[in-house]
Amino acid sequence: MKRVTLVVALAAMSTFVAGSVTAQTLKTVRDRGALTCGVSQGLPGFSTPDDRGNWTGFDVDFCRAIAAAIFNDPAKVKFSPLSAKDRFTALQTSEIDVLSRNSTWTMLRDTQLGLNFAAVNYYDGQGFMVRKSLKVNSALELNGASICTQTGTTTELNVADYFRANKMKYEVIAFSTADETLKAYDAARCDAFTTDVSQLYAMRLKLAKPDEQMILPEIISKEPLGPVVRQGDDQWFDVVKWTFFAMINAEELGVTSKTVDEALKSTKPDVRRLAGTEGNFGEQIGLTKDWAMRIIRHVGNYGESFERNIGSGSKLNIDRGLNKLWSKGGIQYAPPIR
Amino acid sequence: MTEPGKAAPAAPGRAMPLADPRFRSIFFQTVLIVTVLAAGYVAVINADANLRAQRIATGLGFLDHPAGFGINQTLIAYSEADSYGRVFVVGLLNTLLVSVIGIVLATIVGFVVGIARLSSNWLIARAAGAYVEVMRNLPLLFQILFWYLAVLGTLPSPRQSLSIADSIFISNRGIIVPSFAFGDGAEIVLAALMLGIGATAALGMLSRHRRRATGRPLTLWWAAVLLLVGLPLAVLAATDFPIGIERPVLRGFNFVGGVRMLPEFAALLIALVTYTGAFIAEIVRAGILSVHRSQTEAAYALGLTRGLALRLIVVPQALRLIVPPLTSQYLNLTKNSSLAVAIGYPDLFAVFAGTTLNQTGQAIEIIAITMAIYLLLSLTTSALMNWYNARMRLAER
Repeated sequence: MKRVTLVVALAAMSTFVAGSVTAQTLKTVRDRGALTCGVSQGLPGFSTPDDRGNWTGFDVDFCRAIAAAIFNDPAKVKFSPLSAKDRFTALQTSEIDVLSRNSTWTMLRDTQLGLNFAAVNYYDGQGFMVRKSLKVNSALELNGASICTQTGTTTELNVADYFRANKMKYEVIAFSTADETLKAYDAARCDAFTTDVSQLYAMRLKLAKPDEQMILPEIISKEPLGPVVRQGDDQWFDVVKWTFFAMINAEELGVTSKTVDEALKSTKPDVRRLAGTEGNFGEQIGLTKDWAMRIIRHVGNYGESFERNIGSGSKLNIDRGLNKLWSKGGIQYAPPIR
Repeated sequence: MTEPGKAAPAAPGRAMPLADPRFRSIFFQTVLIVTVLAAGYVAVINADANLRAQRIATGLGFLDHPAGFGINQTLIAYSEADSYGRVFVVGLLNTLLVSVIGIVLATIVGFVVGIARLSSNWLIARAAGAYVEVMRNLPLLFQILFWYLAVLGTLPSPRQSLSIADSIFISNRGIIVPSFAFGDGAEIVLAALMLGIGATAALGMLSRHRRRATGRPLTLWWAAVLLLVGLPLAVLAATDFPIGIERPVLRGFNFVGGVRMLPEFAALLIALVTYTGAFIAEIVRAGILSVHRSQTEAAYALGLTRGLALRLIVVPQALRLIVPPLTSQYLNLTKNSSLAVAIGYPDLFAVFAGTTLNQTGQAIEIIAITMAIYLLLSLTTSALMNWYNARMRLAER
């Protein structure tokens, strides 16, 4: 029902309201006193609510980082859980200010939906999960298999490409939400479950017997995941983009949530620019001088958020791999603050 | 607009035009139509301009673009390289398949249960009553999920599937039955079968004609068996068996060969049939009860058995009351089939208004097309049922 409401809202908005594109997102958020952030409907490690309704996770941290930069308060976020199908419509209709929901950056989404991807905060790839009892060790052994996937995702397209390229047959059963997909996989309706590898790790924890599942070694696609905003509001686009870059730069400069006070006293020029004690970079994008320190103090740098939610400090225990900093063998890289 | 010969006597020639009822009604209807058309025009132009301003792609060009995703039940040939337009047809056919089979089965279930509820046998009447109350009081989505997850989901995996004579296999991947494999000369056998069906129908007409003329029908059953079974079998043997039977074989993860009914299809169909059947049962019961008791008594007095009285006297009269609400149930069933999206059955709503919408992002066009199609399906069903109802109408003499 929610999706119908959204579509009707989109139709009504674009039909009867002239010039509904506003370049005022930052002002709107300030006036409202809270950021509305689109997240998943429950993906351990990335965005899940606990039993008291507090959201945590890697994608949630990013929403909190933006709120911290604007309000100096990471709690001023309203989370809007969205299915893969509804997420872009929710953003187009201004129901949310930013989408932080492991969404893959593709050319079509960037150019034809009226949206902009602000950054890549997680370099992912698509993989397969199977039951160990199947005795399959490679995705190339999946010829003839039934595969469960979530509809409205890039994974649905990648799996078709992969099987076609390798001249293998398959049956795809596409469900509209992640939970329905997982339920069908758990009921053995399909032999394999496919989605981005990071989600496979997270979904595995939701299964009845996580130990009896294995994730196959093949990565069949590039999945650059990142936050998304509406096109046509460059200031807001900059705020979201630089919130992310600040988290990367902080990690690179060794500034963590515990060393914020030392950073404020630092004499190193690049740390001083990050801390706002030199220059006024924050004010240039409509924020305050200490915008980056607000983010780091309340949420932490990129590495802290990663380890706490999905890395070694979490149940998921995902290796950072490509998501290490460029200086440490990965490809996470941010333009300098200067 | 003055009308000669109808001028009002009180103020000849000077009446306000709006005081004339005929002019007034035309005037207001014109205003209404112009307003509606103008609003529609403004809506379309404005939507187009706003979508352009937001740089959201518009138009129907996407229908030619390759879809790139797979669908697991297609009644026509489909591959990932086919277009979104083809996806639309595939989805529409899947919707029609489940709706048409569902309508036929729900009607049978409804009539059987509805008549059973009026049975003088206490047990049968109460069982039918319990069925109706349970089925129509549980949400349909719940029933679909129940059949899908709690019943069909607990079937064994393909490697441990239940088999009947090594040719029918039941597993959590669906029911697989042998299929026909057509070789050279198969069309001759099919032609023979068609000939047999045609000839049987012709005999049936002849028999009806004879009964009208003389009161005694022809004895037909042996001729029918010969024409429908004997003739095709004889041709099959004469042409050296071009039509074979292909048995499903377990290869790797799944069965190869044979025809498979998806568990998603089965769950959706069972739920739609049992749910809608309960409503139809009540309609049938109401229809039958509306026929006055004297009609049945008169039928008995003529010496008709209970079954014949029901079939020849009561049901034809009840149908006049049954058909209009029955039409609504048919429409409901067709529209409810869009709940397929919850269990991954690839109907129109799931693959077109779902996947295609999401991959292309063209919400307005796709939702408009989907709405138009459901409307068209409903109007077609209504038209057919209205035509049938007109035929069943009381022939007043």
